[in-house]
This record gives sequence, structure tokens and C-alpha cells, in this order.
Amino acid sequence: MRNNVDQKVMLELDDVSQYFQLSRHKILKAVDHVSFKIHEGETVGLVGESGCGKTTTGRSILKLYTPNTGNIYFKGKDVFSFNSEEEKRYRKEAQMIFQNPHASLNPRMTVREIVGTGMKIHDLVKPKEMDAKVEALLRQVGLNKDHMSRFPHEFSGGQKQRIGIARALSVDPDFIVCDEPISALDVSIQAQVLNMLKDLQDTRGLTYLFIAHDLSVVKYISDRIIVMYLGTIVEEATAEELYRNPQHPYTKVLLSSIPVADPKQARKKERLVVKGEVTSPINPPDSCRFAGRCPNAEKRCFEEMPSLCDVSPEHRVACFMIEQYFRP
Amino acid sequence: MNINDKKITPELFRHVGKDIEEMESISRPSITFWKEGWLRIRTDKAAFLALIILTLYVLLAIFAPMLSRYAFDQQDAYAMRQSFSADHWFGTDSLGRDLWVRIWVGARVSLSIGFIAALINSVIGTVLGGFSGYIGGKFDMILMRIIDVIYGIPSMIVNILVMVVLGPGMESLIVAMVITGWAGTCRFSRGEVYRLKEQEFVLAARVLGQSTFMIIVREIIPNIMGLLVTNLTMAIPSAIFREAFLSYIGLGISPPDASWGVLAKEGTALMQVAPHLLYVPAFFIATTVLAFNQLGNGLRDALDPRLRGTD
Amino acid sequence: MPEVVLEVNNLEFSFRTYGGVVKAVRDVSFEVRQGEILGIVGESGCGKSVTVQSILRLNPEPPGFFAGGSIIYKGQDIVKKSEREMRSIRGIEIGFIFQDPMTSLNPTMRVGKQIEEVFVGRKAVSSSEAKKKALDILELVGINEPEKRYRQYPHELSGGMKQRIMIAIALVGHPGIIIADEPTTSLDVTIEAQILEILKDLQQKFMTSIILITHDLGVIAKMCDRVLVMYGGKIIEEGDVDDIFYNTAHPYTSGLIQSIATLDTNKDEELIPIEGTPPDLFSPPPGCPFAARCEYAMEICKSIMPESTSVTGKQHYSACWLLHEYAPEVELVSVKSAEDNKTLESSSDEKAGGNV
Repeated sequence: MRNNVDQKVMLELDDVSQYFQLSRHKILKAVDHVSFKIHEGETVGLVGESGCGKTTTGRSILKLYTPNTGNIYFKGKDVFSFNSEEEKRYRKEAQMIFQNPHASLNPRMTVREIVGTGMKIHDLVKPKEMDAKVEALLRQVGLNKDHMSRFPHEFSGGQKQRIGIARALSVDPDFIVCDEPISALDVSIQAQVLNMLKDLQDTRGLTYLFIAHDLSVVKYISDRIIVMYLGTIVEEATAEELYRNPQHPYTKVLLSSIPVADPKQARKKERLVVKGEVTSPINPPDSCRFAGRCPNAEKRCFEEMPSLCDVSPEHRVACFMIEQYFRP
Repeated sequence: MNINDKKITPELFRHVGKDIEEMESISRPSITFWKEGWLRIRTDKAAFLALIILTLYVLLAIFAPMLSRYAFDQQDAYAMRQSFSADHWFGTDSLGRDLWVRIWVGARVSLSIGFIAALINSVIGTVLGGFSGYIGGKFDMILMRIIDVIYGIPSMIVNILVMVVLGPGMESLIVAMVITGWAGTCRFSRGEVYRLKEQEFVLAARVLGQSTFMIIVREIIPNIMGLLVTNLTMAIPSAIFREAFLSYIGLGISPPDASWGVLAKEGTALMQVAPHLLYVPAFFIATTVLAFNQLGNGLRDALDPRLRGTD
Repeated sequence: MPEVVLEVNNLEFSFRTYGGVVKAVRDVSFEVRQGEILGIVGESGCGKSVTVQSILRLNPEPPGFFAGGSIIYKGQDIVKKSEREMRSIRGIEIGFIFQDPMTSLNPTMRVGKQIEEVFVGRKAVSSSEAKKKALDILELVGINEPEKRYRQYPHELSGGMKQRIMIAIALVGHPGIIIADEPTTSLDVTIEAQILEILKDLQQKFMTSIILITHDLGVIAKMCDRVLVMYGGKIIEEGDVDDIFYNTAHPYTSGLIQSIATLDTNKDEELIPIEGTPPDLFSPPPGCPFAARCEYAMEICKSIMPESTSVTGKQHYSACWLLHEYAPEVELVSVKSAEDNKTLESSSDEKAGGNV
């Protein structure tokens, strides 16, 4: 396990909110006052159900949206006050791998153009050396020269996702937001892509923000995990700690809901099944977002918003039921 | 299949393991978007027939007047209002001019006005619509209001006014049609761009630092080309029709220059004595419009992105 | 052994495309027994969806067509039925639940009416009876305030609620078989757990047979009695759920088991992926479809498709040459149940305790 304390901070989100005004009285609070840090060389998993704001968080980091509150710092600098030169460098240093391999590659471009675009934008290779560089990148993701002049629709989902990875790697980034990179892939292919991401991290010293809804995958790949629910962070801990010692009722439910590939255990296991559905992030209440589904909610949970507090070093939880025990 | 029929020997059970090359190989032949569209068009009988007819008309428009021994404005007082014959395939008009030659000279005017007007409409509409949809904001709002105004005024009135101001002729016809025509393409391509700009491949280009202009040119426009070609094909017949109408009421092309509208107008005057002078140009206007519409329908089916890459 | 309710024999289903014929389902045979949940697991393009959709004749024909085989339900061959005859089978004799509840409900029709729709054209049920049945079934699938929901439109409901409505529609006619094609794939995990719970409860209550299609081995482990594993348009392994997980007999199934990350997988452990991609069914290989990706592949695997062979004399079959007498002995990795470990641990603890 890496020791994160003395490592440099790569990315910091400070009180970031991202709202979308749907109509005059409807505000979708996709991300609501979220703060966290990512250290150099580590993988942070961001997990939650649909509508929890995890994808929006990832996109805000890459400036695809402009946050309503808060700041995002990359290597100590505010990404929203970059000058054009810093902006260009940020586009080279921070990259993204997308969720849907079928929508993330331009259907009219050949693989050569898709992978080569980034290098052309940032003048990383001479035009003559382009083909060789593209081929080398394709090799790294397990494809070959014959694939260069083909179009995306000729590839399988896993191959497309690997092309997407090659595109992100083409500009030699330090930090990659992986937005559910394997959720659209088949089971046997998921492991290929996961292993590839891990190997690339080791060889290139990459830092990842790994977004997913599948806690077992996130647990496998991450050093630290952040659990989101309806735009807010409910728990944050190292992967092992979160799995062994979950504190927030939502995390417990999430862990218990995962179907295990073990029939005997499945027959025996008693699940925590929560009532109700994820409520809408449109005009959410200013109280604990999970209160309506929580088995141990009290009056206070419906009135105030719990803030994140430390239960141990590197383990933060936003729940009143925890907080009272750990107040100094 | 019964395995006992085949000889099974222990040698066949030699371990060979995985086959890396075969695993990543793609067995389907590589096929581009336009090639597949062509394959689809070829199986669509109506659209393919339309394509043949239109190609034939274009070739005849180019070559028929050159190969004929008559000039399109050559009068012949001894052969007026003749019906179909070996000398004059489509007969002659009231001044003894050969109708076969005049039809194909007219086709040059009618078809090129149709093509050019529709093409200029598409280019202006796509570029404006593309930027408007991608950038949004004030530019988008103002442009949409302008389009609303254009839609609010009957386009025929605008066409007639422009023709009255600029006077008859091919150029003024094109100007008149472009003024009213670009709005439709613009609104259409704006909608398509709106749909595309949130697609992940466009986001990927933004993350790579691609400029807005290059995103529109390289990522977005190639993906709406299929729909634009379809749209263009559908816009040509309405431009031909409008040219015919304006010429028919005397505001388009003026004689002795010929266009199908002019010929139809001349034919109407003599409908009772020489009906073929009306029927022949009317036939060509009708078949051309019909063929373009059929081809447009076929193209829409053939190039529809929703039908592709889903299996 | 319970009675067989559906029998699929040597089914072949193909699609004509511009590139040629795609053989989506190749020589597939299986049976569904009374009151069981039969799971079909496989990756996209393995033919699992096409197989079950052909039971309801829901594949577009053309371009799809039956290239051979039969599907026997109640003594009649579904392959030979007309579209008109199929209408009285779909929803009434054989119910279905699709992956995406958003697109399989009619957005312009009230939820209650969509449930009652099943009874339209059946004389035996009056409209007041139909309404009563609809309300009853809504309550059974765990929907609060059924009277209110009955009058709502699909867009007013959440994803999980819509999937409950789909289950209600599938169950209301008391069909003999329900086909559930990835019923929880588009749902969040907490909702998935709820839906699976309901599906299993109701299946036991009505003693319906369910054909459950999924790519998730966890869902299979939780829900199914028997399992078919499909790959490249063929069934490659078939057996009781415990046999499939604990006595895995096909390298592909074994590979699937090894490639999934579970909560117990540590970060420093490597997952063992199945390298490569599934074969293109546009030109399927003559031998075993998995041969190119199989680490145990032998010469024979590339040229001749192995027959389905009984593994332990039980109802556990695998189509693999490794079961042949000439083949080398190979130990395939299967699931080690956490339950077995627990009993081992506790027994060793007791021993240790006794020694002190």
C-alpha cells in the first residue's frame, strides 16, 4: 500500500458544485459542495449509482463544464484561471477515457486519425514519424498495424475501448479520468482493460480518477475510494478500510447488494435490501440525501446536512450517527 | 454431425494453445461509410432507377445540343408546330425551333439552377447552423430569430420581389432562392449539431485541446454529411420546381433562352393546337422532380447513421 | 424429474446482411422444466438473446431466418407458427421481461391499461376482473399505492418501478414460461437487488419457469437452478448451478470465473483475462469457437466441433475435447465457495482450541 501522506497532490477539488438550471424553478444539483484530493501516482475510485454526480465530477475536472462554486487545482494551479499556454499544457497532461466505446470514437475517422489527432494538436511528432508512433501506441494496447486504416465500427467493444485508451495515451498524460471505462464491456474483456490500465500505471507512473458504479471493480483497482450519493460525498477511505469497515449506511447497502458469483454463499447470504429508489437530484433537500432510504434515520437527518468528519486518519464519513461518537 | 465419422487419433490432441494473431484479426472486409451506402442504394430499385434516369438527363443535357444539327434558337418558317418526326424528334414550336434541342438546353438551365441553388443553400445553412448549434448563446438566439422571420414571410412573395428588383436571369433566380432557402438547412444542421456535440467523441476532441473550428470541421460535419447529402437531394427538386414556376409567370428566364419553365409557358399558349409543346416539358419537369425525391428517400435509408454499426 | 415445458432442438438461426449470412445461433438444443429458473450466460454476440427471442419469434424476419431445428411448446412447433398464432402465445403463454424498461413500455398508455392489455381478446375475462387482476399483481410486485400507480404513465415512474411494471405485465396472465432478457442490467445495484428478490419470490409463488439471460455470474449464482453457458452461437456447457460454479468443465466458463474482480480480489492480485475477442459469426471457425482464445487448445479443437459430453455421469455436459479419452488431464479453475472455507476455518479453530 502506498503511503499517501508525503506524496505530492496532483489534483484538488475544493468545494466544487455543478448545477444545471433545467427551468426557472428546477435546479439539478449534479455535484454539491464536493472536496477531495488525488495524490501523484495513486488511483482514486469514485463510486455511486446513476445520478450521483460521478461523471459530472470527472467532466468538470477536465473543464467540460464550468462549476458554479469552488475551485479545481491541478498541480497547485487553478484550472479555471489558466492562460492559453497553461491551458494547452493541461490538455496534454490531463486526459479522459470514456464510458461508451461505441460513442467515443468518431465513426468517420480511421484509427490512425483518431490516435494521431492529439499528437498533431500538440506537435509531438513530425508528420513522417506519425505512423510509426501510432503503431507503437496500438501495440501497447494489443492492436497492430493492420488496424490503423480501419474504421471504429469494424471493431468489437473491447478493441474500441483500447483504441480510446491509445488516444488518451497519445499525448503522454500524467493524469487520466477513467469514466466507467469497463461498464459497457463484456465480462471477459473487462479484465483485459483493467489489467492494461494497471500495467500502464506502473510503466508510465499515471494517476487515475477511476469512476464506476461497480464497487468490486473499484475496490480492485483503487488505493482510495470515494462514495457519492446524490451529488454529495458520503464516505471516503482506503479501499481495504472501506471494504472491511464501512461506516455509512449507504456504503453498507452498496456492498451488500453486489451479487456474488458463489451459489452457496448467495443462498445463505442475508442482504441488506433498502426500500425505495434513488431520489431525484432535482431540487434536493438541504438535509442528508440518503435519509429517506436510511434504516436508522432520525429527525435530525431530515433537517440538516451532515458534513464529512474523520473516523480515523484517511477515513471520512458524512453521517450523524457516526459523528456524535467522534466529536472531540 | 457425428464425430465418430471422422478419424480421431491421439496425434490430434497435441497441445497448441492460444492463437494471438487470430484473436485480434478482423474477418469482415473493410468497408467505408460511402461504399456501404452505395451498396444499399444499389439494392433499392426505385432509388437506383431514379439515379439512372437522372444520370441520363444530365448526360443528354450536356451532349444532346452539341450533337444535334439544329441550334436551340434556330428558327425555321417551313417547319412550325410540327409533331414528333424523324427530323424533329420532339417536334417544333411556333417559330419552327427544334424542341429536342430546346428541351436539353432548357435542362442545362433548370438542372444547374437546381444544383447551384441547393448547394449554396446547404453550404451557408450548414456553416451557420453548425456554429450556431455548437457555440450556442447569443449568436444562436439571434440567428434563430432571423430564421423565424424568414419562415414567417411566404417565400414565394420574397422570390417574386427579388426577381422584380434584380430582373430576369439565371443569377437573379439563384439569389432569390438562396435568400429564402438557407434557413431550412440551417435549422436542420443546427439540430444535428446539437445532438452530436454532447457525444463522447466530441468531448474527447475537446479534452485533447482541439480548437472549436477544427471540432466542427473534423468531428461534426463529417458525421452529418450523410444527412446533408440527403437533404441536398431533396432540396434540388423544389428549386427546379420554383424556377419553373417563376419562369412560367414570366419572372425567371426570358426567351429566347430556354428552361423547362419557359418551354412549358410557351406550350400553354398553344395547348389547343400543339399540345405536345406543353406535355413534353411538363413530362421532364415531373420525372426529374419525382426521380430526385425517390433518390432522396433511398439515400436517407442508405446513409441513415442509426441503421449502421448497431449490429 | 419435473415435466419438460419447452424443448429446443438443434436450433439454427441466421441473419442475412450486406456482408453475407451471420450464423447467430448454431445447433442449440436444451429444455426448460416446470418451475425452474434456467440461466443462460454469455457475452454479447454469443447468441443468447437471439435464442430466446426466437422462442417468441421476436427476431426481425427478414433479415433473420430459421436455418433449421424446432422449438416445441405444448406439443407444437413454434418455428412453424404464423405471426397471428404467435400473438396468442406472446404475453399469455410465454411472458417476457426486457432489459430496458424505458423502451418496452408504451409511453402514451396508462400503466394499468398496459397490464390489462394482456387480457384483450380473451373472452373469459371481463373488464372489471381484468382491473382487479391488474391491481392485485401491482401489489404483488411490491408497488405501493397500486390504485394511484394504475392511473399513471410510464414517464412518471422511476427505472426500478418501470421494471416492476414489466414484471407485473409478464406475470399477470400466469404464463407457463417467462423469458427475462437481462432484466436488471440497466438498473443500479441497490435496485437490482430488490428486483431479483421479487422475481424469485414470485417465481416460487406461481411455480413458473423462467429463462433468465444475463452476463453477470453473480446474478446466475443467486437466481438459477440450471445454467447454460453460450459462446459463439453454441451451448458449450450445461448443468446445475453448483456444477457450473464448483466443478467447472469448460475452459471458457473457467476463464470467465477467473476474469471477474470480486470484493475479495486484492489490488496486487492480477486478474486473469480471457485474451482476444469472440469469433465473428460472419465466418465462424469450423472447430470449437473458443479454440483461438483457449490456453488448452489442441489441434483437433481447430478443425472439429466437440460434441456435448456428460462430465460426471450427472446432468452436467460440456462441449470440450478435454473430456475425450485421448486428451491430457487438465485441472480447470472453478469457484472455491466462501462457505466451504468458513466451515474449514471453524473446524480448524475448534481443533486449535481443543489442543490448548
